[in-house]
Amino acid sequence: MSARFKLGDRVRVRVGSLPGHFRTPSYIQGKTGTVVAVHGEFRNPESLAYGGDGLPKKFLYLVCFAQSHVWGQYCAPSKDTLFMDLYEHWLEPGQEAGETHARS
Amino acid sequence: MHDHDHTHDAHASIMEENASSNFAKRALAIQSLLIEKGVVTADEVRRAIEVMDSRTPALGAKVVARAWVDPAFKARLLTDAKAACAELGIDTGTLATLVAIENTATVHNVVVCTLCSCYPRAILGLPPDWYKSLNYRSRVVKDPRSILKEFGLELEQDIEIRVYDSTADMRYLVIPVRPPGAEGMSEVALASLVTRDSMIGVTKAQTPGKQRVPSAAEERPG
Repeated sequence: MSARFKLGDRVRVRVGSLPGHFRTPSYIQGKTGTVVAVHGEFRNPESLAYGGDGLPKKFLYLVCFAQSHVWGQYCAPSKDTLFMDLYEHWLEPGQEAGETHARS
Repeated sequence: MHDHDHTHDAHASIMEENASSNFAKRALAIQSLLIEKGVVTADEVRRAIEVMDSRTPALGAKVVARAWVDPAFKARLLTDAKAACAELGIDTGTLATLVAIENTATVHNVVVCTLCSCYPRAILGLPPDWYKSLNYRSRVVKDPRSILKEFGLELEQDIEIRVYDSTADMRYLVIPVRPPGAEGMSEVALASLVTRDSMIGVTKAQTPGKQRVPSAAEERPG
């Protein structure tokens, strides 16, 4: 398997909820950020949480978000950022048009 | 792969629970069943706790102090933190992946786990209670400047604050900025400036001459 996204790619976090364990906080769902690291492949926690083998492994990315984009009312300087590790199946190609605030 | 031995729901109320909580009772019940069925022995449980308790922020401080005095080591630490720790004889085997992130004159990093309490325990020991509290976890992601101010840290507006929400397999260690006045200090003396909280990112490293006296526990050799 090769990674779907590469450094610098804009990605949007999928919106959704699973009946069980998942590691994509709701506050970041629907937000668009930039891939700043490709960590490699890791076992899927959504399977591991229930005694599964976590396979197939999922690519894991470090994604950087502008705080002013994540929070509509973020009151501090616009250069502040949020970094989060996200699994590939929670990401889709980013759409600049969906952003209300551009990164400074 | 995660160092989780708990459900996430358990953490939401962790500040309010006491030793006789339902969670504690459940853990004890599971432990006694596992021992009874021969899956683990009581000695193995005791040993695991002993190893966990032997981990302290002194380990992380040793790593940071080396990074301050040795640029080549710092470069290796930023590339592969587990291997760099191993160079200093620090076993991070229980950690999935350790990532070091460097504070600079223009960037300040702070770490949180909004989902639960992910923390680089192998080099910092157990996380402080506030790190697991709903208050810290929910507020630091959306208003880091306000919560850092409560910790006594006011950062200039032109410094970029990067909040790391450790949601997966990475455990983040902040390398604080080497404080002014620490130029000629030995590596051991430098390590005494590196506190637990500075490696989480809610404060800076201590300024020479102003550091508190380390407790006996922190002076335990790693």
